[in-house]
Amino acid sequence: MSDDQSLLSRRNALKCMAFGGAGTLFALSGGVFTPIDLAMAAGDKQSAAKLGKPLFVQISDTHIGFNKEANPDVAGSLTQTIDIVNGMDDQPALIIHTGDITHLSKPAEFDLAQQLFSRLRTTEMHTVPGEHDTSDAAVTEYFSRFGKASNNKGYYSFDHAGVHFIGLINVLQFKPGGLGTLGADQLEWVAADLKHRSSSTPIVVFAHMPLWTIYEPWGWGTGDADQLMSPLRRFGSVTVLNGHIHQIVQKVEGNMTFHTARSTSYPQPVAGVGSGPGPLKVPGDQLASMLGITSVSVVKHPSALTLNDTALA
Amino acid sequence: MIVGPARLLIAVLSAAILGSMGGSIAAAAETDFPKVVVKDFMFTPMSLTVKAGSTVTWVNMDDEPHTVVSNTQLFRSGALDTKETFSFRFTEPGTYHFTCSIHPRMVGTIVVQ
Repeated sequence: MSDDQSLLSRRNALKCMAFGGAGTLFALSGGVFTPIDLAMAAGDKQSAAKLGKPLFVQISDTHIGFNKEANPDVAGSLTQTIDIVNGMDDQPALIIHTGDITHLSKPAEFDLAQQLFSRLRTTEMHTVPGEHDTSDAAVTEYFSRFGKASNNKGYYSFDHAGVHFIGLINVLQFKPGGLGTLGADQLEWVAADLKHRSSSTPIVVFAHMPLWTIYEPWGWGTGDADQLMSPLRRFGSVTVLNGHIHQIVQKVEGNMTFHTARSTSYPQPVAGVGSGPGPLKVPGDQLASMLGITSVSVVKHPSALTLNDTALA
Repeated sequence: MIVGPARLLIAVLSAAILGSMGGSIAAAAETDFPKVVVKDFMFTPMSLTVKAGSTVTWVNMDDEPHTVVSNTQLFRSGALDTKETFSFRFTEPGTYHFTCSIHPRMVGTIVVQ
């Protein structure tokens, strides 16, 4: 990919921000990442189509089964999302779903979600569960459908186009009264998985709950995520992608970029505003601008990734 | 309208049925029974004292689903949507801590005497 491409996407980003969407532009830091949020004018789907070849698209928090006022038609929102992804001129190589596929872990909800996903032109999807996916009494519904990649452990890794992807689970082991955790086994596994890899390998880590503490009173964090940073720190490019909070929050620390995605279902309040992280009702015409996906592209091979957030409207 | 002794009789019969099922999820029903309301991401009361043999019912009044999970795996509801309930009969005296597995900051205790 040439420098022209990254200039072009930056120009597009600025153009799209002029349409009145909220945008956050982070300067290149050490030539590693440029996370760009794009909220695009309704009907300007052309811009999404011309974002350049995405390596993958992150979809999160689809909450199939949710049916309350904040969004009575989450299946419709997911369908709209899939149409946007399918409409991209260059299709992503793969899709990453960062969890809360369903709202209540019900079989019918998983079935409908999988039915909708089957409409994606990109057929390769990698998932990690959210806490809404593991809330059935026996905790089997998610794993019976998506557990194969991780032998039902919930964590696994794979490689694509020279990028190393690590899927983690942080919704099953929790401290009562506290945050979810990764647990000793999973942390040990990550260290072993990374041990012999070259530091120039771009790493993408994806998990449902934020892997840094955004707001502890609402459970927006992972209790032992600090221990995850040790084996990751030496790599030249690390992208940490999470969901759960239904809004975009970002942090760049040296070579590591942390980024949470919007949901495709309903917004949540900003940290601390209200009694808890429940569904946030917004005027109907604002809803689509608060839902969206994140597209991740390789800009300067081999070491840099850019993130582009696209809203549904 | 059912009043007085008839209402008490119906309540007692309901308790017997719920109790014999161990734990169960049911559509919300009016009850005079030991109850924990789940609202605003809190269990209220946070500590409830009951007599051995009592059935405690949790009812979710939030827009967000919650679960009731015993810290010792003694009981575990599935996801409770708004207005759904979960009941469990406590036969042995003791102190029973529980959490919501979706929002683990939420904790509560049942003290059985």
